[in-house]
Amino acid sequence: MNKWLTPRSSLGLVLVAAALIALPFIAGMGGQAWVRILNFAILYAFLALGLNIVVGFAGLLDLGYIAFYAVGAYTWALLASPHFGLHLPFWAILPIGAVLACAAGALLGAPTLKLRGDYLAIVTLGFGEIVRIFMNNLNAPVNITNGAQGITLIDPVIIGQFKFSATSTIFGITVSGPQKYYYLLVLLALGVILVNYRLQHSRIGRAWQAIREDEIAAKAIGINTRNVKLLAFAMGASFGGIAGGIFAAMQGFVSPESFSLIESIMILAMVVLGGMGHIPGVILGAVLLTILPEALRYAVVPVQKALFGEVLADPESLRMLVFGLALVLVMRFRPAGLWPSPERRRELAEKVR
Amino acid sequence: MDILLQQIINGLVQGSIYAMVALGYTMVYGIMGLINFAHGEVVMIGTLVAISIVTLLVQSGMPPALAGAFGVAGAALVCMALGWSLERVAYRPLRQAQRLAPLITAIGCSIVLQNLAMMIWGRNYMTFPPLIEKTQFEFAGASFTSVQVMIVTVAALSMSGLLFLVYRTKLGMAMRATAQNPAVAGLMGVNANRVISSAFVVGSALGAVAGVMVGTYYEIAHYQMGFMLGLKAFTAAVLGGIGNLAGAMAGGVLLGLIEALGAGYIGDLTGGFLGSHYQDIFAFAVLIIVLMFRPSGLFGEKTGDRA
Amino acid sequence: MQFSRFPGITLALAASIALIGCGQKEEPKPQAAAPAAPAAPAPKPEMTVKVGHVAPMTGPQAHLGKDNENGAKLAVEELNAQGLEIGGAKVKFELLAEDDQADPKQGTIVAQKLVDAKVNGVIGHLNSGTTIPASKLYADAGIPQISPSATNPKYTQQGFATAFRVMANDIQQGKVLGEFAAKQGMKTVAIIDDRTAYGQGLADEFRKSAEAAGLKVVANEYTNDKATDFKAILTKIKSTKADLVFYGGMDAQGGPLAKQMKELGLKAKFLGGDGVCTPEFMKLGGPATEGHYCSMPGVPLEKMAKGPEFKDKFTKKFNAEIQLYAPNVYDAVMVMADAMKRANSVEPAKYLPEVGKTSYEGVTARIEFDEKGDLKGGAISIYQYQGGQLAYVETLGGAGVAEAVKEAATATGDAAKAVAGAATEAAKDAVKDAAGAVKDAAEATKAAVEKK
Repeated sequence: MNKWLTPRSSLGLVLVAAALIALPFIAGMGGQAWVRILNFAILYAFLALGLNIVVGFAGLLDLGYIAFYAVGAYTWALLASPHFGLHLPFWAILPIGAVLACAAGALLGAPTLKLRGDYLAIVTLGFGEIVRIFMNNLNAPVNITNGAQGITLIDPVIIGQFKFSATSTIFGITVSGPQKYYYLLVLLALGVILVNYRLQHSRIGRAWQAIREDEIAAKAIGINTRNVKLLAFAMGASFGGIAGGIFAAMQGFVSPESFSLIESIMILAMVVLGGMGHIPGVILGAVLLTILPEALRYAVVPVQKALFGEVLADPESLRMLVFGLALVLVMRFRPAGLWPSPERRRELAEKVR
Repeated sequence: MDILLQQIINGLVQGSIYAMVALGYTMVYGIMGLINFAHGEVVMIGTLVAISIVTLLVQSGMPPALAGAFGVAGAALVCMALGWSLERVAYRPLRQAQRLAPLITAIGCSIVLQNLAMMIWGRNYMTFPPLIEKTQFEFAGASFTSVQVMIVTVAALSMSGLLFLVYRTKLGMAMRATAQNPAVAGLMGVNANRVISSAFVVGSALGAVAGVMVGTYYEIAHYQMGFMLGLKAFTAAVLGGIGNLAGAMAGGVLLGLIEALGAGYIGDLTGGFLGSHYQDIFAFAVLIIVLMFRPSGLFGEKTGDRA
Repeated sequence: MQFSRFPGITLALAASIALIGCGQKEEPKPQAAAPAAPAAPAPKPEMTVKVGHVAPMTGPQAHLGKDNENGAKLAVEELNAQGLEIGGAKVKFELLAEDDQADPKQGTIVAQKLVDAKVNGVIGHLNSGTTIPASKLYADAGIPQISPSATNPKYTQQGFATAFRVMANDIQQGKVLGEFAAKQGMKTVAIIDDRTAYGQGLADEFRKSAEAAGLKVVANEYTNDKATDFKAILTKIKSTKADLVFYGGMDAQGGPLAKQMKELGLKAKFLGGDGVCTPEFMKLGGPATEGHYCSMPGVPLEKMAKGPEFKDKFTKKFNAEIQLYAPNVYDAVMVMADAMKRANSVEPAKYLPEVGKTSYEGVTARIEFDEKGDLKGGAISIYQYQGGQLAYVETLGGAGVAEAVKEAATATGDAAKAVAGAATEAAKDAVKDAAGAVKDAAEATKAAVEKK
């Protein structure tokens, strides 16, 4: 791994770091809404990287990933809101959320170990829906999740007196709430990227890869496929849990609507579109798919005006239309994703031949 | 007892619709081994096309039943064309690609179709004109309508037609051969591309008929109706063993029954702790339990090593 | 400004009401009435007031979103046609319409967008699910938010000074519906809700109120907001022989539900909240809706002084029926403009206190807010579906409001009410109306001068 730190790559790292630090201020010039969109992009990158462990590394198609995100979000919401009157600090809640999500991951993994491919997909999908339905309905007989009404007034991330929701001035620089969350998210995302990289080239990572390529052969060479698969689910899930916690804190409100099936599908689309199993690709996919619809929101009307002189089609439907077309076209012309890993590209090239 | 009978009737009708849509998934899966996630939208387009045709014809004075026949035919034609082009645009170029790539194009196609439908037919719910006179029957305390009878009959007829097509015709034989081994089938002179196209076309036609059935049954249609319907039908196909025609039919009917009985009796079963809001959980729980004991569905053969 | 605020308010209010009342966009009138200051300054600076509007423009509720937006458009156009002056500058209202897809996450993104655009106020959102998370952003930025249709009690219970609504909330509505059911002589009731924040909230409040009024709840059933098949739960309800089926949810499910009730041979009456009190419900339910009941916050448009006229204007302008909340949206915009006028400022911080003190004769109700920002009184009207029309049955609850309406109609008291009264009569006769309004405006000017 030390081959990374050549002078050239360190220069690159410094440049990337500088860009990451400056980004929220550049985006902030266009309005805090852009910083917020940026935050969601990072949050989704975080989620996509978590799902990448399950889908990209271990090759297990998971259509219910949003369930773990929901578990994390609700953990935060219940432990840091007036709903139960609890206000635990963030360093306590995030690990609890991660552990709970991890347990949920193992719970999902256990009965599905024997399932393959599309059977697994539908069971995970069902699991995601089950979690959502429970959250939607657990307001009676005992009110736990407050049902569809959701939980409001959730505490933001607070470190000492430093609130992440409000604007404050640090060293003479005014930093808004979304900008602070940006830095928090970037830090967390760097963490998950690091874990992803380390995992990929570890013994476990190779075991996952073996299972992905051929489960029977993997078993034959002595990999405990059961444990390794469960580990993939659990690891992926715990990242989802952390992301969920941050989401709850950032929004200040959670309700089951935010954890619908379509979200799971979108995250999967990010992983596949970017380049399954390839970390930079997955990040690219997440950032693109989050920003594209938002950018289109701004672009659709002016572009139509420029081309035809008037607004012909309803901007909202056109926006999603373009989005759908983009998904089709990217997959059509880059089936391995926008930025696949070099090995993957080679494999595909061989297959085609 | 009359309540149980009523719930069974409810489930049977709903299940017939699921089964029809599930067949579309399973035909494509059986031959190509991929999930055509856009199938639900094909059904939706079928319903909306039928609405337009029927409304137009009924307004110009045609008897509703005849207009309905034209509606079905028109919807089937549009859907067949749609299914064919979906395969050409979204799936054929990706046959060699990684397994998830066609899944994403399918999702993309779903989004495109939904939004196109919204632009063409608008955002509002549409009402489906009644095609046949809705007479109400009573049987042992349970009531059902002529529409329900028609739905079950049409579903049964279409499914027998499909079975005939697959097991008694040359095209069907080619389909089965391609499903077993495309390469060998190719060597035997089967044009795999044409067979795959025809699977899409036949599945879409069934979807169109199912769409008209949904329309006449609930008398409403909406550009987002395809998603849930597709999801349920897909669940049904998996329950029965995806890729297996009999499995899809059985799975569809079974899922309909599970849903109706689940909603009706889940409260009594759990002593009032779980209500009908857990209807979907009940369906998914049955699915998971079935798959735990039979990992390839009720009727599925043991699948190969397709991970 | 150098002139005292009070006469300005009365005048502006009077003039605007007179103007809305007669519905003819006569430019000179407000200018004649408004300058209480001796000499009108010749060239007025123009000022743009940005009003954000948020509703779902895509998805299953898109038809309601469009309806809301149309209501806002109409209000903004009228305000602009009036040529208002606030703080000495000529004011032009600009509507920034956004789509939140009824998705809470989109709701906050869109809200941030409006906050960044430095809107002077926000009308929206349509759904409680998006209104609640967004309200925090507006509260942090100090931007007044008036929701026309978010009925979830939580919205105003959060304690934000910026959160208002011009519609009775679910508690008020559920309570009235329960009382109504008891009044109809119903003994047993089955409750269905669609497990959305709206449906669940309404059903819970109805349950409480129905039980308090002595009804027996024989079944609690649930569906979801994407469902089309309700036969399983309806079959179960049939076995309980309930007198009444209460549905907490929206029209898209309610219509088919009513239809399937009939198909299954249920004899029970159907009762629902504002979500099903729509033309859409009757379109989807067809003849099966006949004789069933629903409720809507406020007093029917026909019963309100300015109601029928609003309806005319709306249908003429957009060539579409009012779906549901358009009049409330219209009122919300007008309340906001009214508060700006009284504060003589469009600065959110300056006019926010005035929003709380609103006493505005709207299309839907006399709008006054309680300390939480909820509509005071909150009258609820019950309707019955008859021959594809919504027939008014009665208005329950909110005695104060009903009283106020009557008062307004009898046209006694202060200038504003007199003008409103003039407008009522005037609606019948256009010529008389114009004359009356002018006369009233003139009188108001005189009164104001005297007061000064």
